[in-house]
Amino acid sequence: MSTMALAAVMIATVSCKDGNKKEATTPVSTEMHQETMDDKTDMTMGNSQDAKAETILTAYFNLKDALVNDDNSQAKELGNTLAQSLKSFDASSYSDDEQNELNDIIEDATEHAEHIGESDIKHQREHFKTLSKDMTDMVAITGTSMTIYEQYCPMYDNNKGGAWLSMNEEIRNPYFGDKMLTCGKVQREIN
Amino acid sequence: MKIVKIIAWVALVALVVIQFFPVDYNRSETVPETDFMLVNNVPVTVEQSLQVSCYDCHSNNTEYPWYSKIQPSAWYLEHHIKEGKSELNFNEWGNLSDRRKTSKLRSIINQIEDGEMPLDSYTLIHRDAFLSEANKTAVIDYMEKLKDSLE
Repeated sequence: MSTMALAAVMIATVSCKDGNKKEATTPVSTEMHQETMDDKTDMTMGNSQDAKAETILTAYFNLKDALVNDDNSQAKELGNTLAQSLKSFDASSYSDDEQNELNDIIEDATEHAEHIGESDIKHQREHFKTLSKDMTDMVAITGTSMTIYEQYCPMYDNNKGGAWLSMNEEIRNPYFGDKMLTCGKVQREIN
Repeated sequence: MKIVKIIAWVALVALVVIQFFPVDYNRSETVPETDFMLVNNVPVTVEQSLQVSCYDCHSNNTEYPWYSKIQPSAWYLEHHIKEGKSELNFNEWGNLSDRRKTSKLRSIINQIEDGEMPLDSYTLIHRDAFLSEANKTAVIDYMEKLKDSLE
């Protein structure tokens, strides 16, 4: 009798777990979809080469702002938005070498963006560090019409440091948020 | 009381029925030349730690425990292994670009430092997979060194 009860409990737990997972993910993904659609119509109008890179950068900056604001759930949403923009990136207008490099960057960045879409804020920031490196390397190839600042906080990641990109010269630290909002310095200006 | 009995019987029947569902076992006889250990010059202690604590879910070959023959635990394992391999497969290390390697190394270091990997649910049963502080440091130091050599 007790084994039967145990079996029943086990089955119940397994099915509950699956049920919860589905419920938790569905609303987020539908929402995401709509947002990316909007973004696309906004951004691809120019249809120029850099428009797509710019879409990605805009999504990245939005994500950065969410981390500055210590907003875990907003960052999740924006991480997924960024993943969508990354996936729709078309590198075909670049040279073969550049395409290889860009596809490599995009693949890496997509993975980090997707993880940001499902992690707690500590992990989001860990992924954001590598993601920022990817974005910097991407801009080095695609170029951009925006003025971007590469900023750096030497204290993040056990004093190993962490860099990020921003459209504002003023420091707003995405790695520490409210804890150390203005820690960091501008390393260089892109454009 | 009657209702309890019915539920128990239904549960029992379900439990028997699911035993006949097929499981996709993660097994491979060969180690490809892209394997982490073959691509890199890994110290023996680190190699051992990785084999015991990581390779069950992060390679093409799992050493299955007895309960992998029984449902629903077989499903549970199958799901974990699939997820683990999609995140990182040590057997396919050599196929990754330097950027992807660096990225994976960073995640490996973070996960071990934070005590997120190996999973608690895994070390609970595989006591030998539990990384001691010394083993942890050895693995992390090696991964850091490897990462620096790629950057």
